[in-house]
Amino acid sequence: MEKSTTAPPVSFFQRIIRGRWIGKFMLAAISILVTVGIAFKASQSPALFFQQLINGLQLGFVYALIALGYTMVYGIVRLINFAHGDVFMVGAFVSYFAIANFQLHAWPSAVIPEINPVISLVIGTISVIFLAMATCGFLAVTIERVAYKPLRDAPRISALITAIGVSFFLEYFGALPFVFTSNFITYKRPFEVTTWYIQNGIHHLEAGVEAPTGSVLFSNILIIIIIISLLLLASLQFIVRRTKVGKAMRAVSYDKPTARLMGINVDGIISVTFAIGAALAGAAGVLYATAYPQVVFWMGITPGLKAFVAAVLGGIGSIPGALVGSLIMGQAEVLSAGYISTPMRDAIAFTILILVLLVRPTGIFGEPEREKA
Amino acid sequence: MLLEVKDIHVYYGAIHALQGISFQVNEGEIVTLIGANGAGKSTSLNTISGILHPRTGGVSFRGHDITLTPAEEIVRLGICQSPEGRKIFAPLTVMENLEMGAYTRKDRGEISRGIERVFKSFPRLKERQNQLGGTLSGGEQQMLAMGRALMSQPTLLLLDEPSMGLSPILVEEIFNIIQEINSEGTSILLVEQNAQMALSVAHRGYVLETGQIVLEGASNALLDNPQVHEAYLGGH
Ligand SMILES: Nc1ncnc2c1ncn2[C@@H]1O[C@H](COP(=O)(O)OP(=O)(O)O)[C@@H](O)[C@H]1O
Ligand SMILES: [Mg+2]
Repeated sequence: MEKSTTAPPVSFFQRIIRGRWIGKFMLAAISILVTVGIAFKASQSPALFFQQLINGLQLGFVYALIALGYTMVYGIVRLINFAHGDVFMVGAFVSYFAIANFQLHAWPSAVIPEINPVISLVIGTISVIFLAMATCGFLAVTIERVAYKPLRDAPRISALITAIGVSFFLEYFGALPFVFTSNFITYKRPFEVTTWYIQNGIHHLEAGVEAPTGSVLFSNILIIIIIISLLLLASLQFIVRRTKVGKAMRAVSYDKPTARLMGINVDGIISVTFAIGAALAGAAGVLYATAYPQVVFWMGITPGLKAFVAAVLGGIGSIPGALVGSLIMGQAEVLSAGYISTPMRDAIAFTILILVLLVRPTGIFGEPEREKA
Repeated sequence: MLLEVKDIHVYYGAIHALQGISFQVNEGEIVTLIGANGAGKSTSLNTISGILHPRTGGVSFRGHDITLTPAEEIVRLGICQSPEGRKIFAPLTVMENLEMGAYTRKDRGEISRGIERVFKSFPRLKERQNQLGGTLSGGEQQMLAMGRALMSQPTLLLLDEPSMGLSPILVEEIFNIIQEINSEGTSILLVEQNAQMALSVAHRGYVLETGQIVLEGASNALLDNPQVHEAYLGGH
């Protein structure tokens, strides 16, 4: 069924009523204000500005890893998986237990004592991340099979409400005293933090020493987050573009009945998609807890919602969109915390959501929903 | 007998779409199901493909009962469908569409030989192999849909209205290729509203009307049948 492309004529008044016009105007006004404001602040203190950019980059990459799961799952089953943020939380906890209780991050030197400690740490940290990824992938496949699959042909709202239910279940099951407890727990990083500052070159910052004013700080955590995120993004891109499973994911996301006619096991491909999205969230959980070293059962809610906003901003269903949206969200959040006020950072995220929905509901890279024949 | 459909009743909720139809396809044949829009042609193909399942009656393929076999398994058994409206994967390239057709195949050498064979039948697809499926013209999409179905190396190819929306010259070309595919050993069940064309290539035909088979026979006999003439061949 082709949809007619010629819309009926719309009067100026109707356009204002419809809100798009107001949204565009507001967006333009706000972007000008924000740009001028930031430019002014940046000229006053360039160091602080660059510091914010770096912090925003770190946050943005973590959001990207979460946002990809939202976008991939939406792409394949048209479901906003509200439990995704809680899968991220589980990833953080799994790594916490693996490190604090089982010293998984140090297993190579435990097995081979004479191994180079740096190599041991790298392998150990990667093992921790893999464990979190595998656990989250398995968890998400189970959730999909138990909670979402029976509702695949039900109205979309049923699955959405179920997703919210699963989210609450994960949070409050996690809050039980014999699971994750309801306390804040200090996270034990697999490695020590090393900090450098930039001022006429890059210098190592000794522990307990104050950085000189006007310098920009960064740590090995930033570098690790960026490297691991880029590696995971490249792997995802490779899977989706080059492998048989990835091509089948795109085919299933476009047209399930025809995919079945080609012999593609649609349920299997949906499971793989949930597993990959959740594995990325699991890795994000480890990185987030490493950067902000505290874990608690509700820690997935806010990053989850922000990553969701980032996915909508980039265009839900679009993988590059999730990355770009997340990097923008990271910057928006850090800049508003730095220049407006810290409590405002969350409000900004949702203001962005509202504006995007007003002006361009399909997001930056999103295409209008196809009319299904 | 390659395919036997026996007295199947298929429903969409309360709609009784197929009301007890039976037909067969023998090894090496082109058999056509003709009928007006809404007669139940696509429903018949989708029941064979395992997308739909009959409430009563059965389907068997090479003597095995496949009535309740799921769609993905049917492809493995050697039946593949080129669906109505072509249903190309628009965001995938031509090459990727063909690879999806070969999803059930494991042997890489066999897959690349399959692609060569498809490119031999449809040289235009070779030129466009890196283009997105959605950017092809209607005729090219039909060729891709057939090529994609052939990639699974089916024993029985199901074609749902391959002539739909194509110019007479393209229809001619597509039907020549259908005969060519058949002469290379693939049996074909061809669904068409274009009865003239369908009967001119098929060995046998069935006429479907509101979920029931009202006529069947050799293509020549159906072409000469005044009833078929009246209803499907424009009455002259
Ligand atoms: N998805 C569906 N839901 C309900 N009714 C359907 C559906 N698909 C087809 N039908 C009905 O079943 C009958 C046969 O349809 P179909 O097999 O598509 O006919 P044909 O392919 O011969 O045009 C028609 O009456 C049609 O309205
Ligand atoms: Mg039809």
